[in-house]
Amino acid sequence: MSEKYFKKIEDLPREEWFVQGHRACQGCGLALATRLAMKALGPNTIVATATGCLEVISSPYPYTSWAVPWIHVAFENAAAVASGIEAALKALMRKGVLEPKKINVVAMAGDGGTADIGLQALSGALERWHDFVYICLDNEAYMNTGIQRSGTTPYMAWTTTSPVGKILRGKWTVKKNMPAIAAAHGIPYVATATVAYPLDLVNKVKRAAETEGPAYIHILCPCTPGWRISNEITIKISRLAVQTGFFPLYEIVNGELKVTVKPGKRKPVAEYLKLQGRFRHLTDEDIAKIQEHVDRECAKLGIP
Amino acid sequence: MARRIAVKDSEAVALAVKLANVDVIAAYPITPQTHIVEVLSQMVADGELDAEYINVESEHSAMSACVGASAAGARCFTATAGQGLALMHEILFIAAGNRLPIVMAVANRCLSPNLNIWGDQSDVMASRDCGWILVFAENAQEIFDLTLTAFRIGEDERVLLPVMVNFDGFTSTHVVEWLDLPEEEQVRKFLPAHRKAKYRLDPEHPATFGAIGFPEIQFELKRSWEHALVESKKVVKEVWEEFGRIFGRRYDLIDAYQMEDAETAFLIMGGSSGTCRAAVDKLRREGFKVGLLKLRLYRPFPKEELLEAIKNLKNLIVVDKHICFGGLGGPLFNDMRSLLYDANLNLNLTGFIAGIGGRDIRVKDFEKMVEKTVKGEVPPGKYAFMVRGDFE
Repeated sequence: MSEKYFKKIEDLPREEWFVQGHRACQGCGLALATRLAMKALGPNTIVATATGCLEVISSPYPYTSWAVPWIHVAFENAAAVASGIEAALKALMRKGVLEPKKINVVAMAGDGGTADIGLQALSGALERWHDFVYICLDNEAYMNTGIQRSGTTPYMAWTTTSPVGKILRGKWTVKKNMPAIAAAHGIPYVATATVAYPLDLVNKVKRAAETEGPAYIHILCPCTPGWRISNEITIKISRLAVQTGFFPLYEIVNGELKVTVKPGKRKPVAEYLKLQGRFRHLTDEDIAKIQEHVDRECAKLGIP
Repeated sequence: MARRIAVKDSEAVALAVKLANVDVIAAYPITPQTHIVEVLSQMVADGELDAEYINVESEHSAMSACVGASAAGARCFTATAGQGLALMHEILFIAAGNRLPIVMAVANRCLSPNLNIWGDQSDVMASRDCGWILVFAENAQEIFDLTLTAFRIGEDERVLLPVMVNFDGFTSTHVVEWLDLPEEEQVRKFLPAHRKAKYRLDPEHPATFGAIGFPEIQFELKRSWEHALVESKKVVKEVWEEFGRIFGRRYDLIDAYQMEDAETAFLIMGGSSGTCRAAVDKLRREGFKVGLLKLRLYRPFPKEELLEAIKNLKNLIVVDKHICFGGLGGPLFNDMRSLLYDANLNLNLTGFIAGIGGRDIRVKDFEKMVEKTVKGEVPPGKYAFMVRGDFE
C-alpha cells in the first residue's frame, strides 16, 4: 500500500531538512529516523518537538539542525502545541491571512514524551482529529536523563531505575502498546517503523502526511548507550527486532491492519536480546518467558 | 456608535474577544470562567466569529495550544481560573519567554485546598512571576476594554508579551452590568483585523523556536525578557490613552478616587474596589479624608506612578486577597514596602489580608481597616488577617 511513494532508496530526495552537525551519539537510531522522516516530509513542514534527546541534540543555541520551522515548548505537550499550529494555519488560511497550501504539521517526541507524560495531550489531539502527524521516537527509556525506565521499556530490561538487584530483575511489567492506544482512537492511520527498513519508514511517514486527519507513527530507535550495544550495530539490531517479531512492522489504515514487513520464519528472540547489555542478566528461563510473550503478541497480529 | 447593553461580565469578555477577531481559542471549562468559553463556542458555532475553537483536554494543553497557534502567527485567546491557571504554570513562562502575545482572561479564584470555587487572588499571585503583563479590572466595561486593549499591547512590536486580564470570580463574572458595546468599525480603528506576526513558524522562512539555552546565553535571554516587560509600561499607557481618545473612556495605570486631599488611602486591585469606593464615600461623609487607589497595571509594577500617587498621604492601607505562606504579608503589601524603602516618605503603611476563598470584604471591614491603622492597632509596616469578621 505505502510503497507507491518511494520504490527504492534513490527515490528519496537528496536534500536534508534535518541536517548534519547535531550532537547525537554515534549510531543514534533516533537521529537517523528523524533524518529519514524529514526526507519524506520535505520543506513544507512545521515540527513541534517535545523535550528529550531529539530536542537536546538538535537545538543548542545558536545552532540548529532544523531546515524547517521548528518549535520546542515542553516535555508533555508536543501534541497540544501541534494542535495549536494546525488550528492556526487552518484559521489563517481560511481568513485569507495566509495563502492556502498544504503544510505538514508534525509532532515528534520520545517514548517518555509520548507514552508517559505526554499521553494525555496526545490522546486529546487524536480525539479532536487535528490534521497532523505524530511521530514517537521510541528508544525504550528516558535516555536524555540517563537511561531511566519508561512505559515502553521492554519486559525485564535493565535501566537505572529498573535495575537488576538481589530481588528485582529489571523492569517487571511489559512494554506499553502505544500503537494500539493510538489506534483505539479510531484515527485513519497508525504505523510502526524502524531504521533498518528505511523505505518502509519513509513511505509510512509520507502516507501519514498525506492522510487527512490524525496519523500516528511509532518508530523503534535503538540507543547505543542506553541499550548497552556497540555503535555499529544500530541497523543490525533494529533488523533483528523485526525478524524476531519483537517489534513487528505494520500499518493500520482506517482500521485495517496490514503487516508491511513479514519476518518469514521468525528468528529466536535470544538472537536480539543477547546483543544487548540491558538484557545481559537474563537466564535461559527468562528468555523463554520473553519468547512466549513475543509469540503471543505476533499471533495477535497474524504473524506466524 | 456604541450600543448600551446589559451583560454578565463574563459575556463582556467574549464580546471583546469576538471584536478582536481572534483566530484561535483553546480553552478548558473551569468555574467561574466557563461562561466566557461557552459564549465563544456559541459564537463560533453560529459563524459569528471566524475562529478555530480547540476543545483541549486540560488547561496545560490550552496554554500549549495557544503557544503553538501564536508561534504560527495567530491571534489567540484562552480563559481560565484557579486550579486551571495553576496547571498552566509551566507553560506560562514559555509563552512569555518566547514573546508570544497571547491574551488570557482569568476569573480569579481561590486555589485548593479545600476545593473552593470562589474568588480571591491566590491563582494570579502564584503566577505573578511568570513574565506576563498583568492587569486587573473591576466591572463589565473595564473587563471589556482591558481585554480589547490587551491584544494591542501584547502585539505591539516593542512588547511582544502575553497579557493576563484579571477580574473577580463570581462577584464580577456572574453579575449583570451595563456595557457600552462599540461597533466593529470603531474597534477596527483601534485594533487591526489581523495580527501582524513578524516572527512566526513559516516554511518560507524557517526558524528555530525554543532552542536550548546554555549558561552562556540563558541569562541574557531572561534579562531581555525582563527589560521588555519593564519597558512595556510605556506602551500600556500609550495604548490606554489612544483607547480613551477613540472610545471616550480613559484608563490610567492607577485609578485615583477621592485622592486630592486624602490623608489615608486604600490600595487594592480587582472587583473589591467597588465596595471600597462605597466605604470611602461613607467615611468621607463622616469627615475622614480617605481616598482609594485602584491599581490597574500590576506587572510591570508602576513604581513611579505609585510613588507620585501616595506622596502626600499619611496612611496607606494595602489590601491583599492572597497569603504568601511563610512570608512577610500579602504580595502587594510586600511590593509597596519594598518601594517605600528608599522613597523617603513619611508614611504609615499597613497591610490587610482579606477576602480569602470568596469571603466578602464589606464596607464595615474597610472602615475597620482605617480604624486599626489610624489607632495604631496594626502598627506601621505590619499586616493583619481579616478572619471571622475581625482582624488578627
